[in-house]
Amino acid sequence: MINKLVLENLKHRWIRTLLSALVVGVQVMSLLTLIGLSRGLLHDSAARAKGTGADIVLRPDTGSTISFNSGQKPESFVPLVAKQPHVEQAVGVLTQAVELITSMNGVDFDKFQRISGGLHFIDGGPPSGPDDLIVDEAYARQNHVRVGQNWKLLNHDWHVAGIVQGGMLARFIVPITTLQHLTGNTNRISQIYVKLDDPSKTDQAVKQLNQLLKGNLQAISMADLVSLFNISNYPQLQAFIWVITVLAVVVGFLVVFLSMYTAVVERTREIGILKALGAKPFTIVDILVREAVVLALVGCFLGIGLAFVAKLIVLQTMPASLPVTDAPDWWPKAAAIALGGALLGAIYPGLKAARQDAIEALSYE
Amino acid sequence: MSELQMIRVHDLHKTYHVGDVDVHALRGVDLGLARGEFIAVMGPSGSGKSTLFHILGGLAPPTKGEVWIDGIDLRALNESQRTELRQNKIGFVFQKYNLLPTLTAGDNIALAQALGKHSSRPPGFDGVLELLGIKHRLDHKPRALSGGEQQRVAIARALVNQPAILLADEPTGNLDTENSDAVLKLLRNLNKTTGQTILMITHNPEAAAFADRTVTMRDGRILSS
Repeated sequence: MINKLVLENLKHRWIRTLLSALVVGVQVMSLLTLIGLSRGLLHDSAARAKGTGADIVLRPDTGSTISFNSGQKPESFVPLVAKQPHVEQAVGVLTQAVELITSMNGVDFDKFQRISGGLHFIDGGPPSGPDDLIVDEAYARQNHVRVGQNWKLLNHDWHVAGIVQGGMLARFIVPITTLQHLTGNTNRISQIYVKLDDPSKTDQAVKQLNQLLKGNLQAISMADLVSLFNISNYPQLQAFIWVITVLAVVVGFLVVFLSMYTAVVERTREIGILKALGAKPFTIVDILVREAVVLALVGCFLGIGLAFVAKLIVLQTMPASLPVTDAPDWWPKAAAIALGGALLGAIYPGLKAARQDAIEALSYE
Repeated sequence: MSELQMIRVHDLHKTYHVGDVDVHALRGVDLGLARGEFIAVMGPSGSGKSTLFHILGGLAPPTKGEVWIDGIDLRALNESQRTELRQNKIGFVFQKYNLLPTLTAGDNIALAQALGKHSSRPPGFDGVLELLGIKHRLDHKPRALSGGEQQRVAIARALVNQPAILLADEPTGNLDTENSDAVLKLLRNLNKTTGQTILMITHNPEAAAFADRTVTMRDGRILSS
């Protein structure tokens, strides 16, 4: 019967109920979308690194897996690496941030083709001139880029030579020398991709290269690099997720607090009736807590639905800029966060209601 | 206390502190109510009727004096025990019906039953609903019921846990003459058929005439009974 009273109370003021649940839902959606975006970005980066076909990556030891910094090391390391035992091919790559989280790779296209086994062209073909630009499919779709047209990036007019299936290097691939000149990084590279003649020798080669390039570049096997693309390896991202989580709890608390407080004031007389009928203070608190739990759960379901909608919108409108995935393992966490905020919000109004004097409450107009 | 007495009040005082002023709402009330008796309490506003009603209902503690309800000494009860007393021994009927607006008539009755921790309706309760003439209106919410129907639902709710006493505060105060008569006849009928002890507060001498006897209060004291 108490459950029925709770549901009827919520139904009675359905607009307030829906709005409160919606605000809780928006917080849940923010959290899930942030997790989805973080993971999407990391998965995308991992897939691109893996897609190069390299067995080892040599990169400056910055402590970060994703780097948009360009030209950190001399290009002269590339031939040195190429001469090492078991190294079949070594390709220097220059990375330059272009917009938001999108970057451009400068690469010797022929050498890179030998490592990766070739890019899959959807339209057009490999670059033939210094200003030729290869664009990945997602960016081309998002920005309506076509082969043959000019495209301005980094304040430079490029000629779109080809559109490739994504999943390899950055969204933009250009001749390395052009990018080096353009960014003032002549003869400098960001990382080196290494293909071995025998992949079973990867660990041995990593050790060798680390000894050879100690203090300059750090060698890491592709398998290890991919495993580093994880939220737990990004303290800044974790801090950001914490901020959003705390924000979700605070907003959930405030919304439910306001909703429940208003309900308690509005239902003063009803609380008096319940007390006259023999409801104990615990029962009164229990009713409000159950209402808060329902609000949080409805908000949570709305939030999960909204997160799906947000993902669809992002994938439809910005597939290249914001890779986003689902985060179903975070649904229980998001529910717990929404519930925590809601329960905190129900405490004070619940206690206020429980302390209500029955006689005063019954005479409340 | 006599075994036959359902309510026994002796030298009952109640003082409210309003700011720096002490308001003596009851100044030594003595009252006895036999089991199965129906009495009306009359008196002008401020005479202490409502305060007596609240203390007998366990909604407020007395400042001084003895109150016995069905053999239970109210002075010895804490807040929680007074709540249990309200669950099982006392049924309230208010002037403004005080039905929960979000629940149907049937659910209002069921809620009182649930709060009283009774899993099923008492035997013969369907007969009470028939007597009250609301059996066909139980699926309606209070806003869909007339004042008379709402008050009859409130009476059913007050009786569902078979309380020892029914306390009615101006039960006909918001009703027209026809509905007032119907409600008063019902109370009278319930008193006769079920032996329900009833204490009814009223301003109306015609309503009081339905009771076995009338006590009059003034300035926190009982003048006559």
